Amino acid sequence: MNKPTALSIGIQRGKLEIKAFMRQRESVVFTMLFPLILLAIFGSVFSNSIAPGVTFSQYFVAGMIASGMVNTGFQQLAIMIPMERDFGTLKRLRGTPMPASSYFIGKAILVTLSMLVQVALLLAAGVAFFGVDLPATAEKWLLLLALLIIGSACSTILGIAFSHVPKSGRGASAVVSPLVIVLQFFSGVFFIFTDLPQWMQQIAAIFPLKWMTQGARSVFLPDSFATREVAGNWETGRTFAIIVAWLIVGLIWAIRTFKWERQ
Amino acid sequence: MSKVISVSGLRKSYGSITAVNGLSLEIEQGEIFALLGPNGAGKTTTVEILEGFRNRDSGEVRVLGFDPAGKGRAAQQWRDRIGIVLQSTEDAGDLTVYESVSHFAHYYQNSKDPREVIELVGLTEKSDALGRTLSGGQRRRLDVALGIIGNPEVIFLDEPTTGFDPEARRAFWALIRKLRDEGATILLTTHYLDEAEALADRVAVINRGEIIEVSTPTQLGGRATSLATISWRDGDQFRSEKSANPTEFISQLAQNFTGEIPELTIKRASLEDIYLEMIGGIDE
Repeated sequence: MNKPTALSIGIQRGKLEIKAFMRQRESVVFTMLFPLILLAIFGSVFSNSIAPGVTFSQYFVAGMIASGMVNTGFQQLAIMIPMERDFGTLKRLRGTPMPASSYFIGKAILVTLSMLVQVALLLAAGVAFFGVDLPATAEKWLLLLALLIIGSACSTILGIAFSHVPKSGRGASAVVSPLVIVLQFFSGVFFIFTDLPQWMQQIAAIFPLKWMTQGARSVFLPDSFATREVAGNWETGRTFAIIVAWLIVGLIWAIRTFKWERQ
Repeated sequence: MSKVISVSGLRKSYGSITAVNGLSLEIEQGEIFALLGPNGAGKTTTVEILEGFRNRDSGEVRVLGFDPAGKGRAAQQWRDRIGIVLQSTEDAGDLTVYESVSHFAHYYQNSKDPREVIELVGLTEKSDALGRTLSGGQRRRLDVALGIIGNPEVIFLDEPTTGFDPEARRAFWALIRKLRDEGATILLTTHYLDEAEALADRVAVINRGEIIEVSTPTQLGGRATSLATISWRDGDQFRSEKSANPTEFISQLAQNFTGEIPELTIKRASLEDIYLEMIGGIDE
């Protein structure tokens, strides 16, 4: 009999993860619709233009797409994995010949799919109801694709790494969700980043979400807006460098701390 | 007979607490071996070391000739040959029985047919039910199905029938015997002495991290040769005698009566009596 590979088992796990995820209807609806509700609220409240040809909705969609990477990767996994640890899922898997990497491949597939659905919904709602403009050039689309791949990978790895922090599955949401919301405020998702106090901007610049939102703005906002960023340009190189740096930190952190059993 | 599991001089401490203190045992191919002992006796630590979940401080351990502390590809190949049924789990609630079992089949090179395994554990009617809708006993049978789907040579069962009703327990015991008859070696931990008595070919009593005795359930603690207690009614008086030779005692006693000896009973120590004596009556 052919020996199943880590990748083929990982793909099987991914299918299973998606199946189980889709069956939790309340959480599917909430996770996927909540960003749209926020878009509707912010898009209606701030209907003004923040620069020539740039509406607040346009600015906000960029931030929400960056947040989507954090929600579907970091937040989802940092809550889900401690619960699976409590339920005994992880210990059971550890007792089988399943390669450890297959588990993480399965999670990455789940994150990728939920992230893509979230981004597609935000773009569709933005275009349909709030006059959001899609990226105009092929280069911008490619930049978006690169940002989604690297950003989501970073977010996924950090979610896996952070999964050892919550002491129990039950408490995971209370630890992770406020952290993400605060980070969203600091990183210029809900407000224009350059309007925030200096100290907030400086703290935000340590973490990857600020760079993801800035990267998303470089895709969705006209290049003329770049002069209004902190550095006066998009800082695309630095953006990717910092996200990749966090990805590496997350990888080392995850390898050193990941636990298959509740302590 | 080959040794499927062999342990010698196993030691494990958590800080200043010694959980396993120089434990040795050997389990042969095709037997059901029960590990009995009070909570905190070192049962779980021992079994988890054998399952490769925990590292030991010292001692030799081999399961199917492999050191469970081993890593890498060899460890993965070894896991392909063992099956573990953990204590209560509540995962996979959003998957059906069939989805879970057939998915786990992908992990193993030589897995059994998922439908057959589901049939074997008696969950065929629940094949399409979600995990979270199962009763406690059905849930436990799903755990067993996931533990045996890989066609394991050694099966570890940790307190498998906790929370079962009597009928479900008997059905479960029949299942375990069937797996043994198909050639699997089974290591069972249990709190229930009747379970050990009904199932096990041999039992080990463990207390304070050491094995007190290894024997068959009927001979443990000299049970087979222990004094029998003979009780009967003599007129309006109840009498009771202990004897090493109950047959002889009764044939002599019978001469004092015409016909039946009134309310005659002969009782030997139950496994529970022997066990409680061995562990010093500290269980519960």
